[in-house]
Amino acid sequence: MELDALDQELMYSGHTGCPGCGATIAMRFLLKALGDKTVVVMPASCWSVIAGPYPQCAVKVPLIHSAFETGGAVASGVRAALDLKGDKETTVVTWAGDGGTFDIGFQALSGAVERNEDFIYVCYDNEAYMNTGIQRSSSTPYGAWTTTTPGTDWKKLRKKNIVEALVAHRIPYAATANIAFPEDLVRKAQKAKSIKGSRFIHIFASCPTGWRIPSEMSIKIARMAVQTNIFPLYEVEDGVRYTINYKPREYLVREYFKLQGRFRHLTDKDLDEIQEMVNEDWELLLRKADAHA
Amino acid sequence: MKRVLEGSHAVAEAVRLAKAQVISAYPITPQTHIVEILSDYCSTGKMKAKFLRVESEHSALASLIGAQSSGVRTFTATSSQGLALMHELLHWASGARLPIVMAEVNRALGPGWNIWVDQTDSLSQRDTGWIQFYCEDSQEVLDTTLQAYRLAEEVNLPAMVVLDAFFLSHTYEPVDIPDEKDVDRFLPPYAPKFQLDPANPCAFGQLVTPAFYMEMRHDIDRAMGLALTSFIEIEEAYARLFKRRYGVVEAVQCDDADVVFLTSGTVTGTCRLVLKALREKGEKVGILKVKLFRPSPVEQIRAALRSAKKVAVIDRNCSFGAGGIFAQEVRAALCNQPGHPLVYSYIAGIGGRDVTPELLEEIYWKTRNSEVPEKDSIWMGLQEVVHGTRRA
Ligand SMILES: Cc1ncc(C[n+]2csc(CCOP(=O)(O)OP(=O)(O)O)c2C)c(N)n1
Ligand code: SF4
Ligand SMILES: [Mg+2]
Repeated sequence: MELDALDQELMYSGHTGCPGCGATIAMRFLLKALGDKTVVVMPASCWSVIAGPYPQCAVKVPLIHSAFETGGAVASGVRAALDLKGDKETTVVTWAGDGGTFDIGFQALSGAVERNEDFIYVCYDNEAYMNTGIQRSSSTPYGAWTTTTPGTDWKKLRKKNIVEALVAHRIPYAATANIAFPEDLVRKAQKAKSIKGSRFIHIFASCPTGWRIPSEMSIKIARMAVQTNIFPLYEVEDGVRYTINYKPREYLVREYFKLQGRFRHLTDKDLDEIQEMVNEDWELLLRKADAHA
Repeated sequence: MKRVLEGSHAVAEAVRLAKAQVISAYPITPQTHIVEILSDYCSTGKMKAKFLRVESEHSALASLIGAQSSGVRTFTATSSQGLALMHELLHWASGARLPIVMAEVNRALGPGWNIWVDQTDSLSQRDTGWIQFYCEDSQEVLDTTLQAYRLAEEVNLPAMVVLDAFFLSHTYEPVDIPDEKDVDRFLPPYAPKFQLDPANPCAFGQLVTPAFYMEMRHDIDRAMGLALTSFIEIEEAYARLFKRRYGVVEAVQCDDADVVFLTSGTVTGTCRLVLKALREKGEKVGILKVKLFRPSPVEQIRAALRSAKKVAVIDRNCSFGAGGIFAQEVRAALCNQPGHPLVYSYIAGIGGRDVTPELLEEIYWKTRNSEVPEKDSIWMGLQEVVHGTRRA
C-alpha cells in the first residue's frame, strides 16, 4: 500500500457537509488513494451541496455534476472521450449516494458495468435520501425510521444487497469499505485503480443528521457496523473470488442499534429478529467465501 | 458525388463527414437505420469514433453529456418515446452549454403505439434550449446536419435536426455527398471552449444560487438570439463551398400572395405541387416553409408575410387544449404587427396519415372563402364514423 498517498490532500476543508458527515470523510480518503489524475462524476446527492456552490468547489480534481440517475452513463461518456484523446492515465470515478446507486441510477449503472466500462463506481451509503430530507431508499435497513417510514410504519423490508447485484454482473472488482477503516478503504481504492474495466466500491458512510446520532459518534458507529457483521468488509474479484477482510463478532447488533435515534422504536423482539437476519447474511457470505477459497 | 440514399443514410453520411468522435444511441423505429450505419462505420474503422451501445436513450444523452464535457464532438439519434425519455437531459445539455448534435425522426407518441410521422415529439421539447431544424428532403438533412455542428459549436448550444418518419427517413432520393476535404474546410476539428482536464481542474454544473442562476439562463437566451444571425452567416459560407442554401425560412411566391401556406417538413414538398396547380388557376397563393423553429425566426416570418392577407398554418402536431404549435408561434410573431394577416390553423397528418394534395387544396379554399379564422385549430380529414361508431 502506498501510505505516502495519505499525505496528499485533494479536498478542501471548507466544504458544506454537516459536522461528522461520513460522506466527506469517505471522499477525502478516496481522493488520497486515487490521486490528482482523476475525473469525478457526481450525480445528485448530499455531495451536490457538499462540493460547494458556484464559483467554489471543495475538491481539487475536475468534477462534473450530473443528473441523479446518470452516474453510470456520464462516466461512460467521459471515459470514451478520454480514450479518444489518448488519455489512458486519468481515472474516471463516479461518486453517488445509495439512492443514486441502488434505486434511480441502477439501470445506468447495470448498463455501464455490463459493457465493462473502464471506470470506478463508488457508492457512499448513508442508507437513505439525505439530500432531500431523510427519505427511505432500498438501502435503508430493516427497522429504520425515515421521514417516509415514520412512526409504526418503520421500514420492514431488508436492505438491498447491492454488492451481490454488482457481483452478478461478473465485474472484475467489487468491494465494501468503511470510513472507520481508512487503510482498508485506501488499499481497496488503489487496488481498484490498478484494475481495468468496471470496478465497484460500496462505502459505508454514517450520517449524523439522518441517523439521529451525535456527530462525534460518526466513526464509532461506522466501526460497529463492521464489528457486528451488519456491514462486512470483503472483496470479490471477477464475480467469484470472495475475500473477507475482517472476521469480527465483537458486538451484538443491539449495541449498534441502541446508539441511533433512527432505531429508537425497536423492541427487544425486533432486535432479536434483526440479529437473526444479520447472522443469516453473514453465514451466507462465509459460505460464498469458502466455496471459492 | 451523387448517391441515392435514404434520409437516414444522409444523416449518417453527414455525421461521418463531421467526424463525430463519440456516438451513443439506443434503437427505436424509425431511427434505427441511422445508428446501424454509424455503428458499422465505427466498427470497421471508417470513422475514428467510439460507439456506445447504451441501455436507454436517457443514458445515450447522459453519456454524450459526459463525452462532450470532456472535449470531443458527439452525436445521437432518436425518435418519439426515446426523445421523451431524454427530456430531463435535453435541459441539462443546453444548461451545460454543450454543442451536442442529434437527429430526431418525427414519430407519434403512444398510446396507442404508432411509429408514423407526427411532430408532437420534438415540438413538445421546444423549451429545452435546443436549436431545432425541420427538413424537407434528404439533401437538406445532410447539409443541415453539417451546418448544425458548426452552429452548435459556435454558440455552445445543442442542436436537433428533425426529419419526418418514413416519408423522409426511409425514402430514397439522389443526394450530393460533399467532398471530405471541402467539409473539413467548412467544419474544422472541434475546439472546445471548456473541458474536464486534470491539468486544470474545474467543477461543471454545480449548485448555483439565485445570485447567479438568472444570468446563466439569460446567457442561454442570448446565445439563442446569436444562433439566428450566426446561422445565416454559416449558410452563406456553406453556399460558397457547396452551392446550396435553404434559409431559416423559405418564402415561395409570397410577395403577391393573398393566402400563404405555412409548412414544415415533407408537407412542404406536397404543398409545392398544390401551389403550382393553384397558381395555374390564377390563385394568388404562396408558401412559407419554416426550417428553423428554435431560435424562432420572428423577423423573417414577419417579412415574408408582410403583404399576405391570410396565412394557413399546417400543423402535424397538437398541443392539446391550445391547438397547432406552429400556428401559436406564428400568431406570437405577428401579434404586434399592425395589419398583420389573419392566422388560420389546421391540424393534418397526425400519426402518419397522408397529407394529400387534395387535402391541401381543401385547406386553401377553406381559408380563402372564410371571413375570419375559427377560434380553435381545425382538424382536417377526420372520419365521422370509426369502427361503426359515430363520433359525437
Ligand atoms: C430525477 C430526480 N428526482 C429527484 C431528485 C431529487 N433528489 C436529489 S438528491 C436526492 C436523494 C439522494 O439520495 P442519495 O443518492 O442516497 O444521496 P444522499 O443525499 O443520501 O447523500 C433526491 C431524491 C433529483 N435530483 N432528480
Ligand atoms: S445530511 Fe448526512 S450525508 Fe448529508 S451532509 Fe449531513 S451528515 Fe453528510
Ligand atoms: Mg443516501
